[in-house]
Amino acid sequence: MKPVFMTYAKKDLINLAICMVLSVIIIPTFIKTEYWYTSILIPWLCLALATIGQQIVMGYTGQLALGAAGFMAAGAFAMFNLILRVPELGFIGSLAVSGLIAAAFGILFGLPSLKVRGIYLMVATLASQFFIIWMIDKFGWFKNYDSSGIITAQDIVILGKPFTTPLAMYFVCLAVTAVLTLLAMNMARGSTGRNWMAVRDMDIAAESMGVSLLKTKVQAFAISAFYCGVAGALFAFCYLKSLEPVAFDIKLSFKILFMCILGGLGTINGAFIGAAFILLFPVLLNSVGNNVFHGAIDATIISSIEQVIFGLLMIIFMIYEPLGMAKLWENLKQKFSSKLTSSNIKNLKSSLSKKF
Amino acid sequence: MIDELLFFMEVLVGGLLAGTMYSLVALGFVLIFKASATFNFSQGAMVFFSVLAFCGFMQDFNIPFVLAFILAAFLMVIVGLCTERLVLRPLMNASEDTVLMATIGLGYVLEGLAQAAWGVEVRRLDLGIGDFPVPWIADNLKLFISALDITAGLVAAIMIIGLFLLFKYTKIGLGLRAVADDAGAASSIGIPLKHIMLLVWSAAGVVALVAGMMWGARAGVQFALVDLALKALPVLIIGGFSSIPGAIVGGLIIGATEKILEVYIGPFFGGAIEGWAPYVLAIFFLLYRPEGLFGEKIIRRV
Repeated sequence: MKPVFMTYAKKDLINLAICMVLSVIIIPTFIKTEYWYTSILIPWLCLALATIGQQIVMGYTGQLALGAAGFMAAGAFAMFNLILRVPELGFIGSLAVSGLIAAAFGILFGLPSLKVRGIYLMVATLASQFFIIWMIDKFGWFKNYDSSGIITAQDIVILGKPFTTPLAMYFVCLAVTAVLTLLAMNMARGSTGRNWMAVRDMDIAAESMGVSLLKTKVQAFAISAFYCGVAGALFAFCYLKSLEPVAFDIKLSFKILFMCILGGLGTINGAFIGAAFILLFPVLLNSVGNNVFHGAIDATIISSIEQVIFGLLMIIFMIYEPLGMAKLWENLKQKFSSKLTSSNIKNLKSSLSKKF
Repeated sequence: MIDELLFFMEVLVGGLLAGTMYSLVALGFVLIFKASATFNFSQGAMVFFSVLAFCGFMQDFNIPFVLAFILAAFLMVIVGLCTERLVLRPLMNASEDTVLMATIGLGYVLEGLAQAAWGVEVRRLDLGIGDFPVPWIADNLKLFISALDITAGLVAAIMIIGLFLLFKYTKIGLGLRAVADDAGAASSIGIPLKHIMLLVWSAAGVVALVAGMMWGARAGVQFALVDLALKALPVLIIGGFSSIPGAIVGGLIIGATEKILEVYIGPFFGGAIEGWAPYVLAIFFLLYRPEGLFGEKIIRRV
């Protein structure tokens, strides 16, 4: 089990420092190609953020939800309208408010979770997915009566400074993701997260211990939708640079579900690992197809193979390691550290066996 | 007035018959849920996989209709066998949610395999039944009802009656019901669990094939079938997950309401509300009758 830190331990600060140095100093100095920022790092951060949202509701609170892309769409279009109609809010303000708007949808569509669970809840959340996309599609106001279907996203301006280069956008995504990730970790480790996990592990027991199911579940759905909304806004403004409801269809919801499950349910770092895997694996497969087989394999075949492999991995992980890649990583770390200190542990073991 | 009534009837009957198509998909879900309490999320993918295989056999290899059907059905038996061996048996003691997620993975595998083997382009499937109003009914009853809808309704009715008889009056059916009730107890009195599972998955595969043929004849055999199959989920919630009549009634309710809402209320909102109306209907059912119309009340103990 993951150790519990109510306050920050030295290890946490070291991890934070390593991540910050890596993302703020090392990546910008060594990676110069735009491709890496626009096609890999920025979508990775956005999708990881959305996956954290999915983690909160699915991994921590144990509610099967399948509507992440719907909330992302809500966030993205809220952002578009806020910047268009309430320019005084500024970028960061709009981002926060669009997250809150997504959270309102989250509360609305999370309410059935009080009554039902499992597959039943999944169907209820599917309603949110289809309803939100339909609503944006059908009411012209959300798209500012643009008839082309694809709207160009406004440029990002923070405190009068434009953030339009890939590197600048990367930093915007990084800053937002870092702050929200820290917040999520805090919540997960604090009483909020304890309540979520209590509800996940046994809701009736949690309730009898004084955890309010209503409050906990609605809170989880709201926070999850907030994360998805912010992620959706970033996804539209930094990665797609356009807004179209089709970009947030059910397929994206499934993708985020896969990121969440393969990455490792109930872990924050799993969200990042899962998002990286789902995003990078097709890139890898394509380059293998191009370089090894020199384009002899059709692109559609490659994408089908990718789908088969994702599906197989899902089954394999469910059978052998339901806790996903984050758990594999944890095991690897433990093996490594135990090798380093194996002599210490041997001593400890022998002393323990003498004692008992 | 009479015209309006006729129009309403037409919408209603069209909706009801379209609903039987949802019922056909839902039937596959129910079969598996009834026997193993497993929710098979890959049923939609099975519909897509089986009908694409059927089209592939018929169009790429020029195999005659009946033989292609038998081959596709046989393929679905193999899929069922592999699923039982490789996915369900290792997950025998896993939680419901874990199995559900594994079947989502299975769905991905089937979709990918189908597209890798038979391509991604939309295939036309001609069953020899036109998707146009039957002249006889149009002339005599002044109702425009598609021949394909009527066929789908008939096929659904035949399958329901067949499955109903199977469950009620055969020894296999008795075994199925026993396994559904308590798998452990059933296996301890000598009911071969493996065979039952294989049988159920094969039956679900054949049902998927028939459903796919009906859908494919209407909308073309394409990936969108998987999304259409998602609509079987609200059908199940309304009808109840473990009830064959429930799947039918649920399908009829969904089919009729979505058509009526679309025609009478849809224009006020710019149309296309059939995309989400069934799900919202399902939510209302969940709030007031979570076990569905025909489902058994699930009592959970701590």
